[in-house]
Amino acid sequence: MTGVTSNVAREDLYGLAAEFSDTPGIFHAAEQTHAAGYKWFDCLVPFAVHGLDRAMGVKMTILPILVFFGGFTGLLAACVLQVFTNSLQFDIWAVVPLVGYQFDVSGKPFLGAAAFVPIAFEMTVLFAALTAVFGTFFLNKLPMFYHPVLKHPALARATDDRFYLVIEAKDPKFNRDDVEAFLLSLNPDSVIELEK
Amino acid sequence: MTTLPINETDNTHENPHVRATLVLNHSDFGSVTNTILKVNESSRPPKSWYLALAISFSLMSMLGALIGYLFFTGVGVWGNNNPVAWGYPIVNFVFWVGIGHAGTLISAILFLFRQKWRTAINRFAEAMTIFAVICAGTFPGIHVGRVWFAYWLFPIPNQMDLWPQFRSPLLWDVFAVGTYFTVSLLFWYLGMIPDLATMRDRATTRVKQIAYGIVSLGWRGSMRHWHRYERAYLLLAALATPLVLSVHSVVSFDFAVSQLPGWHSTIFPPYFVAGAIFSGFAMVMTLAIPARELWGLKDFITMRHLENMCKIILFTGSIVGYAYTMEFFIAWYSGELYESFAFINRAFGPYSWAYWIMVSCNVITPQIFWFKKARNSIVIMFTASLLVNVGMWFERFVIVITSLANDFLPSSWGMYEPSWVDILTFLGSFGLFMTFFLLFIRFLPVLAIAEIKAVMPQANPHPHGHDDGPSTVEEDE
Repeated sequence: MTGVTSNVAREDLYGLAAEFSDTPGIFHAAEQTHAAGYKWFDCLVPFAVHGLDRAMGVKMTILPILVFFGGFTGLLAACVLQVFTNSLQFDIWAVVPLVGYQFDVSGKPFLGAAAFVPIAFEMTVLFAALTAVFGTFFLNKLPMFYHPVLKHPALARATDDRFYLVIEAKDPKFNRDDVEAFLLSLNPDSVIELEK
Repeated sequence: MTTLPINETDNTHENPHVRATLVLNHSDFGSVTNTILKVNESSRPPKSWYLALAISFSLMSMLGALIGYLFFTGVGVWGNNNPVAWGYPIVNFVFWVGIGHAGTLISAILFLFRQKWRTAINRFAEAMTIFAVICAGTFPGIHVGRVWFAYWLFPIPNQMDLWPQFRSPLLWDVFAVGTYFTVSLLFWYLGMIPDLATMRDRATTRVKQIAYGIVSLGWRGSMRHWHRYERAYLLLAALATPLVLSVHSVVSFDFAVSQLPGWHSTIFPPYFVAGAIFSGFAMVMTLAIPARELWGLKDFITMRHLENMCKIILFTGSIVGYAYTMEFFIAWYSGELYESFAFINRAFGPYSWAYWIMVSCNVITPQIFWFKKARNSIVIMFTASLLVNVGMWFERFVIVITSLANDFLPSSWGMYEPSWVDILTFLGSFGLFMTFFLLFIRFLPVLAIAEIKAVMPQANPHPHGHDDGPSTVEEDE
């Protein structure tokens, strides 16, 4: 394969993409790009290729920690909600009377800890799940409706059956000719120039 | 170790040394996308789709009209009476919530167990869950009598300083079903984002490009995104697994926490959960069989997938049968007069017809799946799944009605008969369910395309690195 003709001005260049048609191709390319010391690169793939994140040197996400605290918040919220509304009775500095709505059901205790378990559980799961989903969106910076890789028509196949490795121009090691030569050495199907 | 050719056509073999192929007749990713999205991208859906939508939409409109009639007239239009205050609405609620359990079971529990065959059925099972929970939520909502106070179910600060009773299982239900609906919706949507992006990138009209563009949130397939996405998916599965078990447990507390003979029983939570999974799988099967025929999805929802579902139906059906037996045994063994009477009355009393419909559909029917012939026959499977749906509705009918109609004091007994409004409202809820489902299979990716590609042997980045050969699916570490 020969090099790509340069149509994009230097300041408008987002990066260069190498196209692969199978998973071993993208996997080895990612390994070599990581080994070559590039930092600002990404793989665009139609499905999560097993182990590709490790090959790229992606660090473990902090999402599980966020989810833990999300769930913990839910648990606390549920306990506070139930205790305050159904069983609490005390005055703040003897000025503000704080009384929950105390249902007397067969003389059962107002602070029925066992009866509070189901809702505490449900709210833990609810808050943790909301954190998992919205935390992913937040960490992935989604929604993002404009992105250079979405602009190039060829890269639309990244959601279908093609695999792309993109090295961004903002990488400290980025030099158009070197990166092009490097990508060509990975034996891709083609190399594509991406405009910002 | 032997390997099978990738394009085998029969994957129902029982050879534990060979991993069965999950996708038939497709050797590249592009053709998988094309085949699955043909459902959405064809300019016109088949005539049968229009016909089904017309029927479903009419039934849904009827449901709306009947709910309007109920609101303007009052709950007297139903057959609910003094001993049997719960009647059809609660029977239908429990029935629909039960149906809604298979989706999250398939997406969460089978995911944690690395059951890769789930990829072909999880998307529409999750959709089914959401629509079933919508149907389920409708019934208690309209059953409260004064619907304009339905918001009292939620802990909203108000000028009366009135709060819900948090020690009541009925309130636990509000939280359980509400959480279940939200988490299932999130799970469904999160799983769909990559496939919606695929649809966006293939869209041919401006409207589609914008619509799918918005809902896919600008997903671009970045592996750095996939990394967090996969983690989130795993976490959601881990969270949804206890959740799915808790929801029907909480529903069963509505009964088990009361004092009524036939309800006050510790077996209820596991028995309800097994029943819910049982009925949910039956509904998945009822929907999957026509869908795979009509939309040409036989290469993805293969005979092996259906066979696996048959096995789960057999297993959960047997648990349900065991629970029925155990209820009788405990009623006798406890020596409790009222408890013993409640069960003898169920089997031989005025509602014995419902009881025996329940037993024959739920306990006897699934036993046919011990035979491989039955597990490989579409006709038998489809019939059995319909019968299980019927049987599970009658199970809830038996539980709700018989215990309420004949409790402690014969002087306060009373029979229950549904009114025409009850029956048509129940029928109408199927219209609501099917309308949503038909719109779903037309406008949203009906199978989890990205997940299906990932379980194909071609997705393995080390085709020669593992000793289990090229045609097998790579194991997770």
